[in-house]
Amino acid sequence: MASQLSSIETLANQEYKWGFITDIEADTVPAGLNEDIIRLISARKNEPEFMLEWRLKAYRHWLTMEEPTWANIHYPPINYQEIIYYSAPKTNKDRPKSLDEVDPELLQTYEKLGIPLHEREALAGVAVDAVFDSVSVATTFKGKLSELGIIFCSFSEAVRDHPQLVKKYLGSVVPPSDNFFAALNAAVFTDGSFCYIPKGVRCPMELSTYFRINAKDTGQFERTLIVAEDGAHVSYLEGCTAPVRDENQLHAAVVELVALNNATIKYSTVQNWYPGDKEGKGGIYNFVTKRGKCLGANSKISWTQVETGSAITWKYPSCLLMGDNSVGEFYSVALTNNYQQADTGTKMIHMGRNTRSTIVSKGISAGRGQNTYRGAVKILKGAEGARNYSQCDSMLLGDKCGAHTFPYLEVKNTSSSVEHEASTSKIGEDQIFYCRQRGISTEDAVGMIVNGFCKEVFRELPMEFAVEAQKLLGVSLEGSVG
Amino acid sequence: MNKTSMSKTAILEIKDLHATAGGKEILRGINLTVYPGEVHAIMGPNGSGKSTLAQVIAGRDLYGVTSGEVLYEGDDLLTLAPEERAQRGIFLAFQYPVEIPGVSNLYFLKAALNAIRKRKGEPEVDAMDFLSLVRRKMALMEMEESLLNRAVNAGFSGGEKKRNEIFQMAVLEPRLAVLDETDSGLDIDALKIVSNGVNTLRGPDRAIVVVTHYQRLLNHIVPDYVHVLAQGRIVKSGGKSLALELEESGYAGIEELAEAVR
Repeated sequence: MASQLSSIETLANQEYKWGFITDIEADTVPAGLNEDIIRLISARKNEPEFMLEWRLKAYRHWLTMEEPTWANIHYPPINYQEIIYYSAPKTNKDRPKSLDEVDPELLQTYEKLGIPLHEREALAGVAVDAVFDSVSVATTFKGKLSELGIIFCSFSEAVRDHPQLVKKYLGSVVPPSDNFFAALNAAVFTDGSFCYIPKGVRCPMELSTYFRINAKDTGQFERTLIVAEDGAHVSYLEGCTAPVRDENQLHAAVVELVALNNATIKYSTVQNWYPGDKEGKGGIYNFVTKRGKCLGANSKISWTQVETGSAITWKYPSCLLMGDNSVGEFYSVALTNNYQQADTGTKMIHMGRNTRSTIVSKGISAGRGQNTYRGAVKILKGAEGARNYSQCDSMLLGDKCGAHTFPYLEVKNTSSSVEHEASTSKIGEDQIFYCRQRGISTEDAVGMIVNGFCKEVFRELPMEFAVEAQKLLGVSLEGSVG
Repeated sequence: MNKTSMSKTAILEIKDLHATAGGKEILRGINLTVYPGEVHAIMGPNGSGKSTLAQVIAGRDLYGVTSGEVLYEGDDLLTLAPEERAQRGIFLAFQYPVEIPGVSNLYFLKAALNAIRKRKGEPEVDAMDFLSLVRRKMALMEMEESLLNRAVNAGFSGGEKKRNEIFQMAVLEPRLAVLDETDSGLDIDALKIVSNGVNTLRGPDRAIVVVTHYQRLLNHIVPDYVHVLAQGRIVKSGGKSLALELEESGYAGIEELAEAVR
């Protein structure tokens, strides 16, 4: 009689499809972290002096900090001296000048991942910057974008070619001292994407970065910085995968967004790092700091994330609503299965007048997964007429998983309004049987119900990402409902 | 059995069916044969096993079949998964239709119809054809079109849920429909609409099994045969007049009869 339960459980026992390893000679630095390693990384990247100083300052501050323990996640202590902080595919001495110089194996990896690296093969309108371990491999559509004055390149290139912009904005949203992982990132970050949209320009295509961790024992510490000048508009996508490894790997990224007057930045993530196996062995620790600053009046920053991977996810894409009438949005789907843990949410800090924020969080827990929503809405004194709406829904598949919600509200202005709604539901055997009686298989039924649950978030994603996200949910729902 | 149906293969043939739930035997030797074109009513007091029988036919695995046989169109039904049974034309109108938040009625019904069509080797239904089919059936059931975009049964009243079941049935056009207490919770107007929906589905190639506690539904859906279930067995079968007799005498005598045949 338990056969129905087990049929739902077997449904999803599909393996992680992105777990292949690419056999490429890599240029790595010795494991461990000290000032010499940081100097070495900076030297490998031919960085100007100010960057090295910035890194060393961050490192010295990091040494005084303690790893945070407040999140609802559990893992054995991380030995930061065992991690390799820099690994680059050893192709040429320098970064390849064109795709022809890129290692064919690397290109094959991207093909397997379905990333349109070759411009002619690219999905119409998507410009991709692909980050493999520590370096950016190729950036597509660069020429077309530069005609409009848009800069879209790897972070290393930005440091080299646009040092003034980097200097001005680096750390302006997430200062190195912000938190333990942000400080670590600031000290050792190796690459990432940089994007600058000049005044009044509407970026004509989606910009996209694909991150992949390949080398063993490495951490990935990338940094993304997006600046939208007055009236600029950009939509940015990031996707992530990693090979199957028994050891946990650390990914501590920082993303900073700056939106000036009337600018809009839309940032979408589909995160599918390796989640570990069914027993919870291996997987990525995804400890990420993402924050956007709505600096200008009428600016808007919108975060959309679909988090299906990683052994542990710890991230809170946030908005600092400084400009009057600025808007912050956070749409999130987080799925935890087997032994995955997620502690994710957002912070909306209202400072300007008539600032508005919307939070829609959908947490799905299956297997022994633990899913925590943690969100803070702060309305400061000057934020006349500020409004927030938050909705946090949890869905449970099975009875061994958990869903937790920690909303924090701090309101210091009486003219503001804050709304919070929350719900918890469970996919029941009754629902599954009802669908099956109408001819719909268990797999399709679970997919249909979960996708229905997430649709408010999916509709915020650009088309091709929405399709990928739906597929990912199906694949990630391993062993669910009880 | 009438003469025309004797020459056809039975749609449903149940032979000495025994089934348990939670270790307790609920069905204790059911025999029932249903031919195309027939409407059978199964009546009986609460706890007699009516709903269990309906659920076993649909393939609910809360119930374990311990012995006996169920053939559908001549094939062993009990080895088929619930979705396979549905795809082959078995429809259960649930006594308690289930709510599925976030999934629209329209989407749900289209997925169901396409699953059935796929089994038949037919292509997915054309979006425009589907919409016009659905509109026609909604009109039949006197339902508001706005229901299509609402989540399956979510926030529906009891009567709306039951009506929605028959609406789904009208769209999916099953070969064997099993109605489990579809009349419960319906006012007289809704009862008429639901019955009308069921009656339009009557046809020479289709069979309907109506499970009900009360005979009032049978005033509207007139059965060819009435069976009385008590303590897990069919203790009496007859024509539509049997339902009227029961209405007058109640189930008390039936319980005695069940004791007697033990």
